[in-house]
Order: sequence, then C-alpha cells, then structure tokens
Amino acid sequence: MKPLIEFQKVCKYYQMGDTTVVAANHISFQVFKGEFVAIVGQSGSGKSTCMNIIGCLDVPSEGTYLLDGRDVGQMNKNELAEIRNELLGFIFQQYNLLPKLTLTENVEVPLMYAGVSRGERHERAIKSLERVGLGNKVRHKPQELSGGQQQRVSIARALVGDPAVILADEPTGALDSRTGREVLAMLQELHAAGHTIVLITHDNSIAVQAQRIIRLEDGCVVYDGPANAPEAVVTPKAAGV
Amino acid sequence: MSIFESVSLAIKNIVSSKTRTFLTMLGIIIGVAAVIVIVGLGNGLEGYVTASFSDMGTNTLTVSVQSRGSTRTLDVDQMYEIVEENSEYLDLCSPTVSMSGSIKIGNETMSSTSATGVSEDYFDIRGYTVSDGRWLQYSDMSQRSKVCVIGEYLNLAYYGGNAVGETIRLNGQSFSIIGVMEQEATDLEEGGTDDCIFLPYTTATRITSGMVSSYTITVQDETYLDESKAALEASLYAFFSSDDFYTVSSMSELLETMTSMIDMLVYILVAIAAISLLVGGIGIMNIMLVSVTERTTEIGIRKSLGAKERYIMEQFVLEAALTSALGGVIGIVLGYLLSAAASVLIEMLMGEPITVSPTMFAVGLAFGISAGIGIIFGFLPAKKAAALNPIDALHYS
Repeated sequence: MKPLIEFQKVCKYYQMGDTTVVAANHISFQVFKGEFVAIVGQSGSGKSTCMNIIGCLDVPSEGTYLLDGRDVGQMNKNELAEIRNELLGFIFQQYNLLPKLTLTENVEVPLMYAGVSRGERHERAIKSLERVGLGNKVRHKPQELSGGQQQRVSIARALVGDPAVILADEPTGALDSRTGREVLAMLQELHAAGHTIVLITHDNSIAVQAQRIIRLEDGCVVYDGPANAPEAVVTPKAAGV
Repeated sequence: MSIFESVSLAIKNIVSSKTRTFLTMLGIIIGVAAVIVIVGLGNGLEGYVTASFSDMGTNTLTVSVQSRGSTRTLDVDQMYEIVEENSEYLDLCSPTVSMSGSIKIGNETMSSTSATGVSEDYFDIRGYTVSDGRWLQYSDMSQRSKVCVIGEYLNLAYYGGNAVGETIRLNGQSFSIIGVMEQEATDLEEGGTDDCIFLPYTTATRITSGMVSSYTITVQDETYLDESKAALEASLYAFFSSDDFYTVSSMSELLETMTSMIDMLVYILVAIAAISLLVGGIGIMNIMLVSVTERTTEIGIRKSLGAKERYIMEQFVLEAALTSALGGVIGIVLGYLLSAAASVLIEMLMGEPITVSPTMFAVGLAFGISAGIGIIFGFLPAKKAAALNPIDALHYS
C-alpha cells in the first residue's frame, strides 16, 4: 500500500538575520490511510514546521514530501492552495472561524473555493454540522458559541470537503480539560470511521490518545512507534539515555 | 469560485461596516456630485445664453458702416442694392438708427426707453407682432411720417393699454402712436425689451440729421450663415475698395464665442472637481490597506482552506470597486438633487430661469471614473492581501 503522507529526509532552514536555523533536520516517516498519528514535541522541536509542511502551507528546503503520491515541494502557490482544499482538513488551536459568517457559511468556505454549487454546499455544510452535534445552531455566529462548540464547528469545516488527511494543530490547547476530552473523543470517533488524522501537540497526555506517536526533538525524529509503548511518552533525555 | 460569489462576498463585507463604508465613499460622493452639478450648470448656462441669443435672431447679420471721407458714402438705397445683388444669400434688410434725444410722454421724461428708427421689414426680421394698431409701412418711410410703434410696457404704464391714437414727443416733435407691440419679455420692466419705440428710419435720420450707419439683415438660410456673411463682406469690399469702413457681425459668431468660453470654464471647474475624485480614490486605498491589515487572520484562514491568490485579490478589488461605484451612484443621486435645488435657487436669486440639467454623458463619465478609481486604488491593497503568507497570516494577531 502506498503511504498517504511520506517525508523523505525533509529539512527546513530559516534565515534569522545572519544565522541559519535548522527547524527540521532530515525527518523521514510515513503515514498510511486510516492511521491516527500524534506528532509530539516541545516548542522549538520542529513540530510546527512539520505541521506547516504536512498542511502544504510551506514547502521543504531539502528532501521530498509526497502527499498522496504527489510531490508537494515542486508545487506553486496556486497548486498548494488547490491541494490544501482537496486533500486537507485543518483544525486549529484558535478554531479560526470567520466571525462575520454563520456556522453554515463558515463550514461552506472550503467547498466554495472547491467550486461546489450553492445548493450542494449548503446541504453538505448542514450535514457536517449535524455530524458534530451542532445541527440546531446552523444560523448562529461563532461568538454565540462556547469554545468547545466552536472547535466542533472547525471540525465540521475540516470534514466537509471529505479530505484525505485531517490535520489538528493543538486542537485542545484553548479548551478546558473536559471539553478537550470531548474534542479528542470526537477525533477518535472520526478515526474509527476510517479518517486519517495527524494531531500536533506538545502534551503527552493528549498524544497518547492517538494510535501512534512521532516524537520530535531539535528538528529530528527521536521516537516513532505505538502510543502505548513506555518509550513513547518518555523523552530520551528524561530517561537519561 | 465564480465572480458572482466574489461579488456577494464583497457586498456582505461592505454592508457589515456601514459607517466605515460611507465615510470611505464620501470623497467619491462629493466628487461625482460636484462634476454632475458643474456640468449641469454649464449646460444650463449655455442653454440660457443660446436662448437669449436666438431671441435676438441667430439668422441675422449686423452691418455697421462709416463713410469714407466725403467721397464715398454708402447710402440706404445702395445698401438695399447690395442686399438685392446677394439675394441668393440675403433676405430682408432694415436700417437701424438709434435715437439719443429726449423722449416725453406728457410732461414726463423717459430716460431708459430706447427709440430706434427702422424700416417696415424690421418687424419681420425680429419676428415681432402687433397687439393693437398696425406696424410701420413703406409709405411711412417714403413720407417720413411722424408715427411710431411702442412696446407693451409704455402702453400699460403710461396709456392704460389704449396708446393707439395718442402721441409721444421725441426731440420735441410730436409722434402719433399707430401700433402697440405684443409683449416680448416674460416680465414687463423699465429699460426692458418692452420699453421701446420704433419709428421710420427716414424720420429718425431727419430728426437727428444723421446718417444711417447700421443695418440688420437676415439670411436666407441659417446653415449658410458664414457664406452669406462672406458674400456681404465681398460686396461691401467692392464698394469701399477697403475693409476699414465696415464691419459685419453675426449673432451666432458671438454665441459661439460665448459658448466656448462657458465650455472652457466648465472644463476647468470639472478638473477641480475631479481632484476630489482622486482624493476619494486615495481614501479608498487607505481604508483598504487598513482593512487588509485588520483582516490578515481572515486572509490566512481563507488561504489555508484553499483560497487561491486570485480569489483573495478578486475579493479585495471587488470590495474597493463596489464601494467606489456605490459612492458614484449616491453621488449621481446627490448631483441630481443639488442640480434641482440649484435651478430653483438661481431662479429665486437672479430671476432668470437657468435649468441646471446634468447630461447623461457627465453621469456616465462620473460613474465610470468612480468605479475605475475603485479598481485602480483597490489594486495595491488587494495585491498585498493576496501575497500574504498563510502561515504568517494565521499567526497574526
């Protein structure tokens, strides 16, 4: 089976004044369809860089990133926008809903850029909102909702285009632990329903909810394996290795 | 994503911040309204001038002649001959002799009344009609009769409307009034068109012991006015062997000069008003730049969800263009309202009916320019928005 996400020695350098910062140092891994992977690391570990590259918001400086077999590194801005629209569903820490639009309109945005007709768009957006349990609030504006509810709207928006990968960047970061758990439970449901999920977090207790953990440190992969193994949550440094 | 979607998105954004949109549009509104009112005013002024001149007759030529020493003098008969020679072009001819002596009705002296010696054709040349009595006749000319026709103003003010048969004194001589002209101007006033006396030119030259030095001549066809004028000038030149002793002028020439002066004035004023449009455009650009900064996160979200640069660009350009075009429409409405108000005001203040009438051309131009300004000045902010890096935009706060 072909991997859905494939990093081949991906490097990312940033120029900060005179010094070059290595944000990703020869990172290689594969994610297959239906997996629930958590990418874990402290701030500065390179997980945000990984998330940007996986999300096609950025391209590698070196190495190859294949998404569904397509080489993202060779794409121009328009093609990146297209592939984001087609293959990726984003869930952000700050929900990132558009405040002036209703929930339905918010969920419709990716479909609008995909060129889906008005009627079909509306229908699919409502279905998606129903799926996250917000079918009764379709005409509300985001501010009228609690944080947990807003995050569910962003999940509905991520799902509506039926993307190959759902990319969740610290999805519980802005929520209290109870609503956080609800959101995680929802991600697990989606995983059970066959969706591929990549979760980016700094929090081990969140990461262990995934099926597999990729741990990053200083731009390198230091662990890649099942989430229930003890090494998954203990950093080599902390273990004294 | 269709352009229709972009338009509805832009409209939504414009509507959601009404105060800001209105303030942004204000420059455009004022500029467009100013252009429309100014062009309308120029238009009205031109119409007024044209109407005033055509009252005086645009089909007439005025000739004034001097005598060349004592040897060469163009007398009335010779002038009639010249008109006859050029009958292909010229039609009616009347000498006009302005009287400068005293005019008395009873014991009262008229100071503002104009008295003119004319021929029997003058009536037709000017298109006057008689409301009472009769007009001057050829026999009045040949007999040098002491008769006259007076204007409606004198008739009503001094004769109680029954002037025919009464007398009036010109330079101490008594003239009997044989006719009253129908009212010409809208208002009867002292010194106006209807405060006048016409007498036979022959009588007039005898009283003033002067010469006929001025003629009013009509042309056969107004479209050949220039040719007619040239023919008349040629004949006069042939008579005097010099062009120093006569001048021929036409009302339409004067009218043309006036109209081109008004046009020039309007162009200058429109150019000044157009500066307001430019300033308005810069205002739009300024607000759009602020809007791009404010909506950086929105742009980031849209981009992460798959918006191509073109869509972001489209959205911002359309927003600027629609804001500007909407300002243009409001400006047009305001311009029409102000034009109507100005017409009323001018009539009230000056007593002259000048209709400030905006032209469709001005309206179209103003609208086109305002929409164009939106596109031009919206382009830079839109470009900036489209070029934002989605990662930076997402983390902007």
